[in-house]
Amino acid sequence: MSKQRKAVALVSGGLDSMLAAKVVQEQGIRVEGINFFTGFCVEGHTHAIREKDRSRPKRNNALWVAEQLGMKLHIIDISADYKDVVLNPKHGYGANLNPCLDCKIFMVHRALEWMEANGFDFIVTGEVVGQRPKSQRADTMPVVARESGAEDRLLRPLCAKNLPPTLPEREGWVERERLYDFSGRSRKPQMALAAALGLKEYAQPAGGCCFLTDEHYSAKLADLWRARGERDYDLDDIMLLKVGRHLRPRPHFKLIIGREEGENNFLEGYRRRFIHLRTLGHTGPLVLVDGKVDRDDLELAARIAARYGQGRDAAAVEVQVEDPEGVLGAVLTVAPLPPHEVPESWHV
Amino acid sequence: MSRHQLDARNLLCPLPVIRTQDRVATLAPGDVLEVLCTDPGALNDIPAWCRLNGHRVLETRREGRDIVLLVEVGEEGR
Repeated sequence: MSKQRKAVALVSGGLDSMLAAKVVQEQGIRVEGINFFTGFCVEGHTHAIREKDRSRPKRNNALWVAEQLGMKLHIIDISADYKDVVLNPKHGYGANLNPCLDCKIFMVHRALEWMEANGFDFIVTGEVVGQRPKSQRADTMPVVARESGAEDRLLRPLCAKNLPPTLPEREGWVERERLYDFSGRSRKPQMALAAALGLKEYAQPAGGCCFLTDEHYSAKLADLWRARGERDYDLDDIMLLKVGRHLRPRPHFKLIIGREEGENNFLEGYRRRFIHLRTLGHTGPLVLVDGKVDRDDLELAARIAARYGQGRDAAAVEVQVEDPEGVLGAVLTVAPLPPHEVPESWHV
Repeated sequence: MSRHQLDARNLLCPLPVIRTQDRVATLAPGDVLEVLCTDPGALNDIPAWCRLNGHRVLETRREGRDIVLLVEVGEEGR
């Protein structure tokens, strides 16, 4: 009796990786999923924060895919090590601060380490030749296999027929004939395959799973690096870039302004790290101050906080200013800043 | 069997799941882990992770803004 072969599949929660895992399962391979948390995953975060999104059913798509396919899923926090990928991408960035090729190499490498540590035989990804402008091109897909160290233990079932045979194919663990030759950006072959495999429901087809591909998010990250004079971040930094309205009225400080109750609640969790302001007597946002500020700066911050509260048309609004240690405790009475005095250039 | 607690408040999914997963890996079958969270996504994600990995959610309740899940560690899921 031949040995039961085992594969670890990179599962994003999107259709391609779901199909890739399913195709390999169909060939009698035991597949377990692996999902990486980078800190930049779009998955669920803003939905969890913003009240307006809470009416939508919220689920982690990677977990959901694993349940649909009846396989275990291992979610691994790589956010600390991932920082080097974001800060020093050997292959450079895409259109924004997205280091897609380095990211894929890093993830496949981590999957390889997991595979070896857990006695698995090969790695499965949902990559398709020509699907992505940087990481999924005919000339970059071999780079992923080579630089990750996975080499021919990396199987891309959806486009395997367009690539040289891998170890699982050569050894007969999987039949190459039962793999696919998808290429390009069209989603039709994937949708047809989903239908053929009886997968009626799936998350929105690939794309948009990483905040670093977002122009506005990347601009906020670049602003953070500029303001601090160094390219660095921690997990709280990158979480906060997903939340609220970010205004930089002066080069040395930025305000993070909650846009609604859900965001205010989330920002509450950061009160011990930042000077923060809130309006008294009028409903208004919680405002975090990121940077070193003096009395004039705080007055400006208070006027801005008042401008985004219900008292924006009042002649004067009281704004409470507190610091993380709770020693400041000042109340400033300020005139809300008129909208025309909040220039577009302050918006990060 | 022993009882343990995990504070995953103010963390957004999937971090509560990851913290639960990592903590459960250190526990014995039959142990119970009380997970405190604030992200309502955990109400779906932690039970889904438990189903996939052979653990059982004994109870889910809300305490003010906190969500509390009691997870019993399964025999083979660690």
